[in-house]
Amino acid sequence: MNDDLIDLLWKGLLETLYMVFWSSLFALVMGIILGVTLVVTEKGGIYPAPAVNKAIGTIINGVRSLPLIILIVLLLPLSRLIVGTTLGPTAAIVSLSIGAAPFLSRIIENSLKEVSAGKIEAAISVGATPFTIIFRVLIPEALPALVRGITIGIIGIMEFSAVAGAIGAGGLGSLAIRFGYQRFREDVLISTVILIILLVQIFQWSGDSIAKSIVKKRYKFE
Amino acid sequence: MIHIQHLNKSYKTAAGSIPVLQDINLHISKGDIFGIIGFSGAGKSTLIRCLNRLEEPDSGTIRIAGKVITELEEKELRQARQKIGMIFQQFNLLDAKTVYQNVAFPLEVAGYRKAFIREQVRAMLDLVQLSDKEDVYPFQLSGGQKQRVGIARALVNQPDLLLSDEATSALDPQTTYSILELLKEINRQLKLTIVLITHELDVLQHVCNNMAVLEKGRIVETGSVDKFFLYPQSDTAKRFVHIIDHYREKRNVWEGAGAGI
Ligand SMILES: Nc1ncnc2c1ncn2[C@@H]1O[C@H](COP(=O)(O)OP(=O)(O)O)[C@@H](O)[C@H]1O
Ligand SMILES: [Mg+2]
Repeated sequence: MNDDLIDLLWKGLLETLYMVFWSSLFALVMGIILGVTLVVTEKGGIYPAPAVNKAIGTIINGVRSLPLIILIVLLLPLSRLIVGTTLGPTAAIVSLSIGAAPFLSRIIENSLKEVSAGKIEAAISVGATPFTIIFRVLIPEALPALVRGITIGIIGIMEFSAVAGAIGAGGLGSLAIRFGYQRFREDVLISTVILIILLVQIFQWSGDSIAKSIVKKRYKFE
Repeated sequence: MIHIQHLNKSYKTAAGSIPVLQDINLHISKGDIFGIIGFSGAGKSTLIRCLNRLEEPDSGTIRIAGKVITELEEKELRQARQKIGMIFQQFNLLDAKTVYQNVAFPLEVAGYRKAFIREQVRAMLDLVQLSDKEDVYPFQLSGGQKQRVGIARALVNQPDLLLSDEATSALDPQTTYSILELLKEINRQLKLTIVLITHELDVLQHVCNNMAVLEKGRIVETGSVDKFFLYPQSDTAKRFVHIIDHYREKRNVWEGAGAGI
């Protein structure tokens, strides 16, 4: 192992973590807002609004049907507008957040839908407001499923970031392509792949552990 | 206590509008334990869910404790619901909350202080004999214990009325009996009006004073429980009580013939 390999990997790793962290955060905020809105506004939901539901659903499906690479290209002007450039990890955060938000919305929607209608009705029957039901019933009851879903979402963003690397986003993905593919540096290629695999494992393991500890607390026999 | 007048409700499905409740008129007195019996699909759940507007009636009026429930705005309705407790066949406890937190939930919704909540929840858990289960999650409880938590949650905010939709149908006979005893006890202690839905004669006979028979969305018979068993009028009532008559006749035959069982 030579020094330049370590330097390259370290820089790539930091860039990837930077992109994944901020993209996940923004995508999660958008995903939770949209996912909760979808569940709440659906027919028979706690605040039915079919028009809103339909509109959000259509936009989400539209964005999701675009291949990621095309979405990134489409969003380049927006990146320029927000962060002043179309290159580098910060620019990629814009595309990655928007690209991942619809995916996360659906994951969150599905997790929330698992909460039985009966529990919601019990809350309605004691006079709870929709706001209380969302934050005190819906989200806490769905928490293990939410954590699992969000883990899948973050790993997805990690994969997205590697794709974005191909068109100048930086990070491990871009390392693999610039050095491993274009300059035949097999050592870079292989170490990058190992690093990515390790990262995914760590994310998955962390998510699973959190979900498991919640489940264990609620569903254990003494 | 409860006045229902000309209540109608239908469900809109792909096949069109299906009437589920038709011109329901009912009067339930304060302090009564009132049973509503009927076969599956008769509209019992729909009727009881109209009382706290978990279902919206199409037309008609419902008055509970002087309030016209059917005319309330969202916010008033939420306040009215705080004074109408409900228990369910599937208990519907929150898995994420302990027994204490489940029972405290209605009081938190109503915006009471922590100290007051603690006092009320403790008293309620004492009443349903679950004081030792305060910090346990519902998953660890038996069906009967879960329903006791459900009852505590329904009563903690001191409602005027308790609605029970087949609350004992998921329980074995012995547990059913103990839950029914608890309801009777509460009715006596708290002077609480209870409307109870069931398809089991046992339940009706054990706790109810007055009752109504629901048949295909219409009330076909109403009066005291004794009258129902002694002089069933409607088809539904006759079909329910028929088995009892069957054995009464058999007994007469046996006794007439001087035979023992
Ligand atoms: N949400 C609904 N949409 C359409 N039909 C329904 C709905 N809920 C109940 N029904 C129908 O209304 C009728 C009465 O239902 P329900 O009140 O649950 O009866 P019960 O509690 O007496 O068994 C049934 O035929 C049922 O299929
Ligand atoms: Mg029913």
